[in-house]
Amino acid sequence: MSLSRAFFAVIRRDLVLALRRRSEIANPLLFFILVITLFPLGIGAQPHLLQAIAPGIIWVSALLAAMLSLDSLFRSDFDDGSLEQLLLSPHPTSVLVLAKIIAHWLVTGLPLLIVAPLLAVFLGMPNHALGILLLTLLLGTPVLSLIGAIGVALTVGLRRGGMILSLLVLPLYVPVLIFAGNAVQMAGTGLPVDAQINILIAILLMALVLAPLPVAAALKMSVN
Amino acid sequence: MRPSIHSLAGTDLSCIRDDRVLFEQLAFELVAGQVLLLEGKNGSGKTSLLRILCGFREPDAGALHWCGDAVKDSQFYAQMAYVGHLDGIKKELTVLENLKMSLALSSVGHYSIDQALNKVHLTGYDDILVQALSAGQKRRLSLARLLITENVLWILDEPFTSLDKQGIALIETLMAEHCANGGMIVLTSHHDIDLPGVDVQRINLS
Repeated sequence: MSLSRAFFAVIRRDLVLALRRRSEIANPLLFFILVITLFPLGIGAQPHLLQAIAPGIIWVSALLAAMLSLDSLFRSDFDDGSLEQLLLSPHPTSVLVLAKIIAHWLVTGLPLLIVAPLLAVFLGMPNHALGILLLTLLLGTPVLSLIGAIGVALTVGLRRGGMILSLLVLPLYVPVLIFAGNAVQMAGTGLPVDAQINILIAILLMALVLAPLPVAAALKMSVN
Repeated sequence: MRPSIHSLAGTDLSCIRDDRVLFEQLAFELVAGQVLLLEGKNGSGKTSLLRILCGFREPDAGALHWCGDAVKDSQFYAQMAYVGHLDGIKKELTVLENLKMSLALSSVGHYSIDQALNKVHLTGYDDILVQALSAGQKRRLSLARLLITENVLWILDEPFTSLDKQGIALIETLMAEHCANGGMIVLTSHHDIDLPGVDVQRINLS
């Protein structure tokens, strides 16, 4: 009985599951790409305007794509009873839950990172801002998964938790949106962005440590 | 053979659901080798009691003790296994992958995966996706989980659902074997259970 074995077994299982139901990976990614490609069509031939709002577009789309993917985090486990088995494990639930969140990020967050530079070029973002955009996404999207997990854990027992989930989670996403959007914007104009990046790192570390605990508690409440 | 010092005791348990008292001042004591069968009408609180035993629900009054210690301070979760209404198996995974996952979440028990599959008559199904199994086979698979993990107490909610006569006889044999090895079982069932040589306590909740 070892905790690390259980931790990696949970990650591996969730990755295998994601691979077998591919729509789970494809849905948020397609949504992300579609929303971003719709903006130039809606705004028309105004490259400067588009360039100015590109960081905001990419980050808001990433936020919504993350929201869209959240429900799949615990839904199927809740429905088929795997969640009960997870909670009954002698291992600490918060650690197993962290494994699930990491797997969820690998499946839904990481693909966004891969397509984001292409979409950024498409929106006319200056090349020197691309690195910072990727860095903010790398630091920010795990936070979205971690904070979102708290909301899903609270609402997974409800039949129609979708609306409540967005009301619960979106306000908590705002700090990430502000600092990440601002960092990319300033990087575009050539200003230093160390402060924003440091704050994003702090948010990520805090979420990594603090989020799994309320998620575990909320899940226990939800299976009741 | 495990030492027979394990015991599960409930004192003064009560459960209230939506202002309706399901049971009050329920007390029982179960020691190694015994079976506790919960009987009662639908809605009489059998499943609620099992979920209280599992820790999914807090009892509205009363306390549970495992080997003399409060459940929270004991090795309870390392020594129990639960099979409920929901199978707790993933239909997109194969039989083997499901069992390996259960094993990773718990510790290695009496039987190897091959032996357990043999015991529940699922040999040769290792690489079959669970969604291709019948309801009875799925049930047998979730019961196989009890064999491969280390546990003393089995908590079973209607274990005979969707099993045929042979399947029921099979599970009864496994249950009798488990008790003979110093294990204990709490279960609900609409079927009459036939466990020769096993001390069966009954609680009627209605």
